[in-house]
Amino acid sequence: MSGNLIVERERGLLELERRISELRAANATQPVDMSSEIAALEAKYQQILHEVFGTLSPWEKVHMARHPGRPTSLDYISALERFDELHGDRQFRDDPAIVGGFALMSGRAIVTIGQQRGRDTKENLRRNFGMPAPEGYRKVRRLAHVASRLNLPIVTFVDTKGADPGISSEEHAQSEAIAMCLHEFSTARVPIVATVIGEGGSGGALALAIADSVLMLEHSTYSVASPEGCAAILWSDASKAEEAASRLKLTAGDLHDFGIVDEIVPEPLGGAHRDVAAVVGRTLSAIEMSVTRLSALSPEELLEERYRKYRRLGTWHAERMEPIGGR
Amino acid sequence: MMQMPDWLRARRGKDAEGRDAALWTKCPKCGEVLYRRDLAANAFVCPRCAHHFRMSAFDRISSIVDGDFAEIGADIAPGDPLGWSDKKSYPAKLRGDREKSGLSEAVVCGFGQIGGFDVALAVMDFHFRGGTMGTVVGERIALLLEEARKRKVPCIVFTASGGARMEEGMLALMQMAKTTAAVTRFTEDGNFFMTVLTDPTTGGVSASFAFQADVIVAESRAMIGFAGRRVIEQTIRQKLPDQFQTAEFLLEKGAIDMVVDRHALKDTLVRLLEYARGGVLRA
Ligand SMILES: [Zn+2]
Repeated sequence: MSGNLIVERERGLLELERRISELRAANATQPVDMSSEIAALEAKYQQILHEVFGTLSPWEKVHMARHPGRPTSLDYISALERFDELHGDRQFRDDPAIVGGFALMSGRAIVTIGQQRGRDTKENLRRNFGMPAPEGYRKVRRLAHVASRLNLPIVTFVDTKGADPGISSEEHAQSEAIAMCLHEFSTARVPIVATVIGEGGSGGALALAIADSVLMLEHSTYSVASPEGCAAILWSDASKAEEAASRLKLTAGDLHDFGIVDEIVPEPLGGAHRDVAAVVGRTLSAIEMSVTRLSALSPEELLEERYRKYRRLGTWHAERMEPIGGR
Repeated sequence: MMQMPDWLRARRGKDAEGRDAALWTKCPKCGEVLYRRDLAANAFVCPRCAHHFRMSAFDRISSIVDGDFAEIGADIAPGDPLGWSDKKSYPAKLRGDREKSGLSEAVVCGFGQIGGFDVALAVMDFHFRGGTMGTVVGERIALLLEEARKRKVPCIVFTASGGARMEEGMLALMQMAKTTAAVTRFTEDGNFFMTVLTDPTTGGVSASFAFQADVIVAESRAMIGFAGRRVIEQTIRQKLPDQFQTAEFLLEKGAIDMVVDRHALKDTLVRLLEYARGGVLRA
């Protein structure tokens, strides 16, 4: 998909990068010393990098979260020690928008599950742009259930605009599929660590994100609806998505303040795609620390803590209202 | 039609009653002009075409409970966590809906009896912010389930909702997690949980407690789905058939247990409560 703000802004930088490397190559083979020009260009490059990416607005973060080069669930999962994918919902089909299976994380057996978008158009079509169908959520539920029975920690990666909004998804009861995922994650007797790595949109994201520890990449977004969806719902105008993004408080910092996100994983200047290996490594260590910490708790303690955490989320106040009926 | 109980009369005041009596309503389906009081006497079902009008929470409760109803959580009032403002501020929208609907929020929760059974009852109302779920809806429903768990009584939730409330952002979405947690504790203790899906039930409400019940009943012709019709039509770029996402469609697809006409609803609920109580019903 084009029209990505961040991709647009990177064009000029890529051009600069190309010129710097050309100059470097030339400098190595030619007698004229061009090191001062190179240094000047590099300084300029750094300056532009800071100007463009130093602070990102919520709308820019939405685009960063959707950047085509941004690491996907499989980039994290394939960096684990071992991964054996498990397939299917046992009822209808295997949904490629969800990947999951057994894995080893520093020697520890886990179950890992993530929404998987494509890295190019062809893969995006196969994976439905990372928007799971009910079959995908039923696979999630099945794997989470296996994890709970076998006492394996669950590690999820959240990266979806939302659940698939299509005819077949409605016919196969998308609502029920998500509702039962929520139920499964509420009752799983094992540590759950969820990480929002890209875009977290609505109930379709939450289905993988009821967790004892929720991590979020610095430039990821997580919102009640996609900004386009929110603008369409409230103002019947999807083009007001930028305004919706600014109001929804969907950045990692906002969500940390609300107590919804426990830990923010920093990204390099310019976003996670600029140094995938470093970001993946850093994220996996943060996840591992959470898993280790939570593994010390008994299932009862985990369930009680999880209950309390979600029970208290929200903002309300007591107001004198006459109850109907009375007591 | 049953007599209006005292609690309802007190809550509505004279105005609402007087206004009701004076109003004529046109049936959106068949166009019949209906005398408002006749419509109320017929459980807000069009006598000509059986169209089920959306009911207010008060009318719904009075049509379902035997007599008394004791509300809980009435003092839980919404905040403004995002400091939201578009054409109007969120608090101003809330004030407007309060005046318009006579409700303090989009759900009324409490305890009463249905056919002699003690039940916990939650009734959502589309007339308040489109029945959307923000913190207060989640909080009141969780509170009701916790209290019902202590009292060991069945819980029935009537849903009517456009989904999560945008103006409370992610804290609204988190109410899906909160209500799920409460439902789970309630049902795992062996208590009976039933939902009645009314027009419309979509989004975050549909994808949480609405579809976590032991038995899911839907009212005739109610629109029920995850994604809104408009969203789907925009995505697939074609018109959807009328029947799509109706209660009858979901029944055929196997997503719900039964579709019930409003006139038969209370009797149906009582029968289901009898089964859930178990034992020998008839000697
Ligand atoms: Zn009619």
